[in-house]
Amino acid sequence: MLDSLVAQTVSIAGHNRDELEAYLATPSDVSSVGAVVVIHHMPGYDRPTKEIVRRFASEGYIAICPNLYSREAPGADPDDAAATVRALGGVPDERLVGDVKGAIDYVTGLGISNQKVATIGYCSGGRQSFLAACSLKLDAAVDCYGAFVVGTPPEGMPLKIGPVVHMTPNLSCPLLGLFGREDQYPTPEQVSELEQALKENDKVYEFHMYDGAGHAFFATDRPSFRPEAAKDGWAKIFDFFARNLA
Amino acid sequence: MCTYQTNLIDVQASAKGPKGWIKATQASIYFDHPVHAPSTHSLNIDFLDLTSGPQGRVALELSADSARKIATTILDLLETNSHLVEPEVK
Repeated sequence: MLDSLVAQTVSIAGHNRDELEAYLATPSDVSSVGAVVVIHHMPGYDRPTKEIVRRFASEGYIAICPNLYSREAPGADPDDAAATVRALGGVPDERLVGDVKGAIDYVTGLGISNQKVATIGYCSGGRQSFLAACSLKLDAAVDCYGAFVVGTPPEGMPLKIGPVVHMTPNLSCPLLGLFGREDQYPTPEQVSELEQALKENDKVYEFHMYDGAGHAFFATDRPSFRPEAAKDGWAKIFDFFARNLA
Repeated sequence: MCTYQTNLIDVQASAKGPKGWIKATQASIYFDHPVHAPSTHSLNIDFLDLTSGPQGRVALELSADSARKIATTILDLLETNSHLVEPEVK
């Protein structure tokens, strides 16, 4: 672990060249390292997400998290921004991909980039990490309990979210999936369905299903936190990145 | 779990937040992760003034039991006082 890093807010060009706020953390005293795009969860561009960004930098990676709610709620508190975007129907998939592309372009333009990039997302961000990896050229992707990669959301919801498992043939990189056996979104059966799609398409993947854990077991500020699953999950993420972002 | 489930309803309501009263025209109701409540899921209601931007919001995060008690109490009160209920001004 590195003690010295720089964390700051930067401006990036997202989908349609829209100006987005992003949180960037970079390790100090490195010359050529991989990058991680962190996709925040539905509750938004919040303190726990920024802590995750800094953690990746402390492990020697460039890390960036675009504020996916920059357009609708610039400068708003994360919870107000999340409520606003939720009421407006959520983040469209096409826009998400464009925003992740903007983050990739930003980090690969840094002098310390080795041009390798991964995405990681938690909760809704898990689905979006898979979506990005099926839409863009990446070197690795991590899906932490993303709901509705498989399975159709209830009808009548204002949120424009649909399954993306049909995009599996386009997956551009190895996929690491971390799930809780007690989760209902996604259920273990839905995880199995995704795994089947990956097998049928000869994709490289690693899935881990934790007993005694449900959704959001990484979230240290929520009662769903499961320290043993989270500790092991972090180790698996760093092992995966060490192999794919070097 | 992250349910994504969201119900939007039009309302005529006033709500008081940190910057004073807002005229709420929409309520967003969902059972999902809270920001502040000490539970994995809660019944959340955002009263929204759509003309005031993201800050035009008064938020509630309720336990399921509390949400049921409030819902029952509201319906009981409206029934008891039905002779006083005025039509909404359109």
